[in-house]
Amino acid sequence: MTDRGLQQHSGAEAVMHGSADKRANEEAARVRRRYRSEARFKAYGIAAIVVAISMLILLVGSIISTGWSAFYQYEIALDVTFEGSEIDANNPRTANYNGFIKSALRSQFPDVSGRKEKRKLYGLVSNGADLQAMQVVVDEPVKIGKTVRIWVLASDDIDSLLKGYIDRDLPEEDRRVKDTELEWIDQLKSDGRIRWSMNTVFWKSGDSREPELAGFWGAIVGSFFTLLVTLALSFPVGVLAAIYLEEFAPKNRWTDFVEVNINNLAAVPSIVFGLLGLAVFLNFFGLPRSAPLVGGIVLSLMTLPTIIIASRAALKAVPPSIREAALGVGASKHQVVTHHVLPLAMPGILTGTIIGMAQALGETAPLLMIGMVAFIVNVPGGITDPSTVMPVQIYLWADSPERAFVARTSAGIMALLGFLVLMNALAVILRKRFERRW
Amino acid sequence: MKHLLPATALAVFVSIAAAGSAAARDQIRIVGSSTVFPFSTAVAETFGKTSSFKAPVVESTGSGGGIKLFCAGVGLSHPDITNASRRIKKSEVEKCAANGVKEVVEVKIGYDGIAMGQSKAGADLKLTKKQIFLALAAKVPSGDKMVDNPYKMWSEIDPSLPRIKIEVLGPPPTSGTRDAFVELVMREGAKAFPNIKKLDKKPFRAISDKMREDGAFIEAGENDNLIVQKLEANPSAVGIFGFSFLDQNADKIKGAEVEGVKPTFEAIADGSYKVSRSLYFYVKKAHVGVVPGIQEYVAEFTSEKAAGDEGYLTDKGLIPLPSADRKAMSKGASGLVPLKM
Repeated sequence: MTDRGLQQHSGAEAVMHGSADKRANEEAARVRRRYRSEARFKAYGIAAIVVAISMLILLVGSIISTGWSAFYQYEIALDVTFEGSEIDANNPRTANYNGFIKSALRSQFPDVSGRKEKRKLYGLVSNGADLQAMQVVVDEPVKIGKTVRIWVLASDDIDSLLKGYIDRDLPEEDRRVKDTELEWIDQLKSDGRIRWSMNTVFWKSGDSREPELAGFWGAIVGSFFTLLVTLALSFPVGVLAAIYLEEFAPKNRWTDFVEVNINNLAAVPSIVFGLLGLAVFLNFFGLPRSAPLVGGIVLSLMTLPTIIIASRAALKAVPPSIREAALGVGASKHQVVTHHVLPLAMPGILTGTIIGMAQALGETAPLLMIGMVAFIVNVPGGITDPSTVMPVQIYLWADSPERAFVARTSAGIMALLGFLVLMNALAVILRKRFERRW
Repeated sequence: MKHLLPATALAVFVSIAAAGSAAARDQIRIVGSSTVFPFSTAVAETFGKTSSFKAPVVESTGSGGGIKLFCAGVGLSHPDITNASRRIKKSEVEKCAANGVKEVVEVKIGYDGIAMGQSKAGADLKLTKKQIFLALAAKVPSGDKMVDNPYKMWSEIDPSLPRIKIEVLGPPPTSGTRDAFVELVMREGAKAFPNIKKLDKKPFRAISDKMREDGAFIEAGENDNLIVQKLEANPSAVGIFGFSFLDQNADKIKGAEVEGVKPTFEAIADGSYKVSRSLYFYVKKAHVGVVPGIQEYVAEFTSEKAAGDEGYLTDKGLIPLPSADRKAMSKGASGLVPLKM
């Protein structure tokens, strides 16, 4: 602006010459300034990415560092005598295995006396040790009447101690594990009676109040059934709605109204769907509480808009020439859609569906209202059995007082993230493999 | 593909219809307090393992929410048992009766202490209820007037207290722990002032129940683990949470003395630590015999092996009832004597 002003107002040549120099200088400065601002802009972008990535690394890193220890656990070897007189060989499940475990611990540490001390001693092993002992006998009934060395799970406090989460140097009253227990553990360790193994319980059983017995499998199965219902409802409904709106519906106020509403529905907070589920599906239709069936219906309401919007976009991306060519050789509108447009749009539709499903997988709020935030021991066997889902299980563990649940919580998050990454990867593969570009 | 879509949709609708009609239930359903939840679930799990019945389904809905669900009616679509960290109110019993839930059996299971805890690194706090009231109430007496709470430091309330900023993390009003804290500490603290004590119930509660909102009292959410973590990070902060969380985190957190008593298992059990409340559950008598296992579940919960002095619930942080009360309660529960109010 200023240099043009100078040019206009100066009459003399010398001034003219001088101003040309000046102009060149200023132009060069402006170019430099532009380069600088571009470099700055790029730096901002890079900084934003660095911040985002470091946040992600921090998050995933902290989850993995607290959670990885949940994937293994410590076991203690006990020489258990399965008294023949106390086990009914025809019905071995009814015997008092807890008694066998206790007497094995007593014979391991014969000096322990007094009610309180004995109680502490029995607390070295998990509450589930008796079931492990029972399994040994049920699998191999020949062991009745014999003394067998079996490995049973350590209790959560002992497990934490062995994993190094309990500081031995703290004063005794501040420690969950007392001096006598430390002594017993050290003795067991020097006898080679302590080992670690992979935590299979985590992948095989339902929830438990004992951290060492708590499993994620119940939640995984619950999520599977819930998503199955969601998929079975929202995919056909969503795709049919999208096809009608995109291919058949006349453009008028009505269809505009429907479209606006679908877009608005996508932005409704998910808890609202939970309230709807409670009012309609539970109270009006009388469907069972805490069931994946109701959870799936509620979540399908939530994913429907996502699927409809993604499917419409995929249908729109199919070039009109395809439709025109098909119509030109005499196909009906219905044939055009089912034979030509839909197969071409399918990769996009599936991608949208999978992303909608992944969203539903991580949802807890709508499930709160319909009773899926619950403590459930049994692994669900169908869509009407009470069950919970993965994010809810994580929430419940995060709320538990026992310290060992901290690692379980992070392990659960890792499993959930694993499934999400898997689903998103599937979406990417589908898109890469089948998407056509025109 | 084109036949698959309608077919799957149809299959789902058919199964929905089937599920709607199949109302029979072989599993106890429990709702209610999040404070009783850890105990109730421990009993449910043991019950499922040691009996021939399926483990009950336990939902954590909060005491009030649980009673609302429980009182909604008789029938298999309604829960059989509700847990509560406070006694059921008369109005709730009446509402229950109006919906057909006429006979409700009350079972008291033990106590839960509410601890004021701080990081091990912080200076020891020895508080009285009066001091806690002065630190946390929105309005405090000054001379004969009520003024907005002016205290910023504990030492301003009483010179014997340490010179640290008042910063208390506590549960939100929706929590039963908050209700109990207000009832057991704030109201008692307010009564220490004769001017406030002589007020009628309504203006009294307006003073005693209102916590300050200038940042000294922070509502930290329902998750007690979160409060514990925040205390670790900030040695001058004080947290309000259930005793079981203090018990589990004894290596990082210490309890503050209230009225000269530290929150320990023994002190809560013998009643010398006053900030504790009773925990209950309520059984719908009409469901006993309809849903299998209710009586057996109640027997398991009230057994010595669970709620006794050395029962497995004490490992989870439950403070047991005195032995005589326990026996009376167990007897009343097994006889399913309905509650009268």
